Amino acid sequence: MSIIVQLMLVFLIGCAIAVCLTKDLLTSVVIYMAYSMIMSVVWIVLESPDLAITEAAVGAGVTSLLFFLALKKIHAIDARNEVRRQHAQEQRGGDDHGEE
Amino acid sequence: MLKSSAEVTIMAKNKLFARVNAWLDDEVGGLERTMEAAQEQTAAPDIEELSPAEKRWAQEELDEERRIEAAMNDWTEKKGKPFVRALYNVLCVGVCAMMIMLLLYTVTALPHFGDPNHPINNEVSARYIEKGLQETGAVNIVTGMILDYRAFDTLGESSVLFTAAMVVLFLLRKDKHSARHSQLAQAMDLNPHSDTYYEPKNDVILQKTATILVPIVLLLGVYVVLNGHLSPGGGFSGGAIMGAGLILYVTAFGFVKMRRFFTYKLYQRIVLAALLTYACSKCYSFYTGANHIHSIIPLGTPGAILSSGLILVLNICVGFIVTCTMYCFYAVFRKGEL
Repeated sequence: MSIIVQLMLVFLIGCAIAVCLTKDLLTSVVIYMAYSMIMSVVWIVLESPDLAITEAAVGAGVTSLLFFLALKKIHAIDARNEVRRQHAQEQRGGDDHGEE
Repeated sequence: MLKSSAEVTIMAKNKLFARVNAWLDDEVGGLERTMEAAQEQTAAPDIEELSPAEKRWAQEELDEERRIEAAMNDWTEKKGKPFVRALYNVLCVGVCAMMIMLLLYTVTALPHFGDPNHPINNEVSARYIEKGLQETGAVNIVTGMILDYRAFDTLGESSVLFTAAMVVLFLLRKDKHSARHSQLAQAMDLNPHSDTYYEPKNDVILQKTATILVPIVLLLGVYVVLNGHLSPGGGFSGGAIMGAGLILYVTAFGFVKMRRFFTYKLYQRIVLAALLTYACSKCYSFYTGANHIHSIIPLGTPGAILSSGLILVLNICVGFIVTCTMYCFYAVFRKGEL
């Protein structure tokens, strides 16, 4: 049991560092969700089931949703798709402008 | 020249696009433009009256200035920017490392987890643990604390949530009575990138999943709220779960279906009724139960669903407030209305 807890704590630290280091905002929000899920398990291990329920509902659920909404409002998600499409087009070779 | 309403709409739409895409910004550069215009007006007549020698001198002066400016720009590009970037990186790592060291040092100075001599193990928590069940009737000691001993704090927290939802509504809610705003809103509705345009998405996977999940999530929320005094959870957790269920429903089926049972009016009524019930019942219990005056509300048998006095009522109130606030945040952020 204690090994699992140690692993989860290491995962939490890894998540915290990964959130800082990712350039993509959408990825950071997904990592934040993963952090909250593991954190709610850690709360259960620390014998605080009340906090675990709240963490899972608010941290992993509602807060992340609001982050997604904010990203959509500032067109961060759309811009990301745009960059991807351009990248894919470059990979295919620049001679097929006519498609889209 | 009079414009038809369709033309006005298209103009507003184009202007909105330009603003959103930062081609057009009314605020930036306004001051600079007026100052430049003023300088040109004052400087222009002087040049005409200069003699040829003075003109040559002025030209040399100007060339010298341009040369210096070019050299400075060159220095900024080649030396200044890399220097600032390196300084920024070093400071970043340094400040982070310092914060980490400071926090780790503080953590090592904290008392050990579960230490009996821990400062939090004082007479207050001893009283809660020893007499909590007897005095509040709640099996879940956490709910007994936050909704009986510290019910006034929880009233404050609920009011904070209510105030936050009100502020979000004030700032982000679309004003249907303002003419200018309604034009912009119409333009937003016509914008294919807007949420309102795409609203009924008819995503089959999402809708089927939501059909199965929403009742379960809502039922779990209701269970957590109603059993707040018996099992882990309570008004806030259950309310958050129910709010998440409502958000899932509205994401899958759209605002039109949501408005069949949850409108702005209903939101206002639920939140106001819940806050008022909380405040009145807590005032009542302060008058009767506080200061060792015997309360007439029976505590019931611990473990039964109808027990522990007012805690069940207060849990339901907090649950309603949190549910409505969560949903209100989502709806107003996404669409500007409930």
